[in-house]
Amino acid sequence: MNRYELLLRDRCAIDPRVMVLTAENRGHMRNVPPYLGDRFVDVGIAEQTMLGMAAGLASRGRVVIVHALAAFLTLRAFEFIRDDVAIPNLPVIMVGMVPGVLSDGNGPTHQAIDDVGLMRGLPNVGVFAPADEEEFVEGMAELLDNPRPCYVRYVGTPTSYHREERTTLHRGVTVCDERECCPQVALLTYGAMLPHALQAAQKLEQQGVSVRLIHMPMLAPLDEAIIVEALNDATMTVVVEDHLIRSGLYSAVCEIAVRHRIAAAIHPIGLTTWFPAGRLPQVLRVTGLDADSIAPRIRTLLNNESAPERPTTDEISS
Amino acid sequence: MTYDRGRCEEISIRVREHILAMSTDGGCFTGASLSCADLLVYLYTSYLNVRPDTLTDPNRDILLLSKGHDVPALYGTFAELGFIERERLANHLDCNDHIYWHPNRAVPGVEFHSGSLGHLLSVGMGMALSIRMEQRASRVIVILGDGELNEGSIWEALQVAHALHLDNLVAIVDRNWFQANVRTEELIPLEPLDEKFRAFGWNTARVDGHDFDALHACMSSLPIGTGRPTVVIADTMRGKGVPSIQERADRWFCNFTHDEVAQLTDELHGNAVATLVSPTLIVR
Ligand SMILES: [Mg+2]
Repeated sequence: MNRYELLLRDRCAIDPRVMVLTAENRGHMRNVPPYLGDRFVDVGIAEQTMLGMAAGLASRGRVVIVHALAAFLTLRAFEFIRDDVAIPNLPVIMVGMVPGVLSDGNGPTHQAIDDVGLMRGLPNVGVFAPADEEEFVEGMAELLDNPRPCYVRYVGTPTSYHREERTTLHRGVTVCDERECCPQVALLTYGAMLPHALQAAQKLEQQGVSVRLIHMPMLAPLDEAIIVEALNDATMTVVVEDHLIRSGLYSAVCEIAVRHRIAAAIHPIGLTTWFPAGRLPQVLRVTGLDADSIAPRIRTLLNNESAPERPTTDEISS
Repeated sequence: MTYDRGRCEEISIRVREHILAMSTDGGCFTGASLSCADLLVYLYTSYLNVRPDTLTDPNRDILLLSKGHDVPALYGTFAELGFIERERLANHLDCNDHIYWHPNRAVPGVEFHSGSLGHLLSVGMGMALSIRMEQRASRVIVILGDGELNEGSIWEALQVAHALHLDNLVAIVDRNWFQANVRTEELIPLEPLDEKFRAFGWNTARVDGHDFDALHACMSSLPIGTGRPTVVIADTMRGKGVPSIQERADRWFCNFTHDEVAQLTDELHGNAVATLVSPTLIVR
C-alpha cells in the first residue's frame, strides 16, 4: 500500500465520518476498497453525481473525499462544486488527478491548467497543491483533522526536497535561500513544479545569482505575508507554475502587489494556452518549465530588469 | 401520520392563496407552484415523518425541492403547518429575510438549497446512502420538474442510484407538462416517461397529482426497501386551481397587480373569473 492508501485505511478505521468516493479513478488507491467497505463508493464516470452525493453525505455529518481527473472534476462538475459544496460550505475534499503538466500525453481535454483559477475564485474553497507524495499525505491528514471544502492537486511523486518541518496548510515554505535578505530573485512556485524550480534555483546560485525559492502549497487562502516579504525584498519576483498565467499564482501575486501598493517587478513563467501532448520531460521542455529553461529565462529577465532604483513601499506611501 | 382528505383540501386552498399573494410586488413562479401545491400538502400532512419540532431529528424524513422555483408552494405549506410563521410570507423578496424565488436553509424545513436544476437528485442520493449506513428508516423524497428532466445530470444520477440500490429514495416528478415557456412535448418530448425510468432500473408509479385519495393510495404502497429506487410520476396541471392561468404557457412567472391577485383569489374560491391586464411573459 502507498502512503495515501495507508492514510485512507487508518482514517476510516478511527473516524466513522470519513467517506471515500471516486468517479472510476482509483489507480492511486487500488488497495483500499477492501478495507473501507461501504465507505468506499465508486460512482462510475459521473463527476456531477459524485459531487452532489458528496454534498448530501456531508450534510449528514460525514467528511467526504472525492477523486476524479482534475480537468473533469473542476470543469464538468464545477457548478456542483459551487452550488452544493461551496455555497453550503460542506466538508468535501476534492482530489484532482493528473493536474497541470502531469496529464502529459492526454492532450488538451485532460489538461487542468485553469483549475487553480477556477477553484481559488470560489468563496469557501481552499486550494492545496502539494509538491510530492509526502506533502500530499500530510496535507490530507491535516484536512481530515479540520475538514473544510478544499480542492487538491494530486501529486504522487517521491519527496523532492528536504523539509525542516511538517507541512501546514496556511504557510508558504522557504525551500532555499541563498542570503538572509534581499535576494536578487524571489522564485514562487507550487505543486509538481517545485523540483524543477529548485533545480533552476541551484543552477542560478552556481552562476552567482541569489535566489529565495518559496513553495506555496496552499494557493487559497494564500500566505500573503510571505509574498509581501518576497516582493519587498527581492530585486525581481518570478512565479513558476504549470497553469495559465492569468488566474493562477502569478495573478494572485499581482493582486497582492497592487493591494499592498508594492511596485515590484513580477514575471510569470507559466502557460498561456494548452500545451502539446507528449511525455512529461518533453512537455516540460517545450513549455519552458524544466530547470534548463527556467534558469536561463530568469537570467535574461534579470539582465533586462533595468534596475534604476525602484521605489520602496515607504516612498510610495509617504 | 394520518391521512385526512378534508384537511388536505382545506390546507391546499390556503397554500394556493399564499402562492397568489406572492405573485405580486416582484412576483414568483406561480404556475409551477400551483402544480405541485397538492403534492407538497399531501406529503407534509400525510406522508413525511417530519414536523416543526423534529427538524433536527436524524430519523426525520427528508424532502428536497430540486425544481426550486416552485418554492412558494413549499413556503405556503410550511406556513400552514407551523414550520414558519404565516406573517413571514409577507417578507417575500425582502433582502432582510430569506423568502425568495428559490429555497434555502435559512427557512426552517428546507433541507438543502436549490435553484440550478438537476442537482438535488444527486444530493438526495448522498443523503439516502448516508441514511442507509446509519441504519435509519428515513426516506428521502426528491421533487423533480418535468422540464428539469432535460438536464443530463438527472440521467447520470438515475443510473448511479440504481447501481447503489438506493431503495429509500423516491423521486416525484411534478409532471405539469410544461417547461418554462412551452409544453414539454412540443420542445423536448418526454413520453413514454415511465418506460424511460423503468429502463434505468427504477420502480415506477403514475398518479394524478391533484387527487389526494389517489396520491395516498400510491404513496402508501410504494415499494420502499425492495432494492430499487422509486419514481412517482405525478400528473399535474400548471396553474391548477385558478382557471385564468391554468395550462397557460405564458403564465409561468407572474407578477400581478394587487387587484389582479384579489380577483384571482376570488377565482380560486369559485367566484367570478379574473380579468388580467398584466403583460404575459414569453421568453422564447
Ligand atoms: Mg414542468
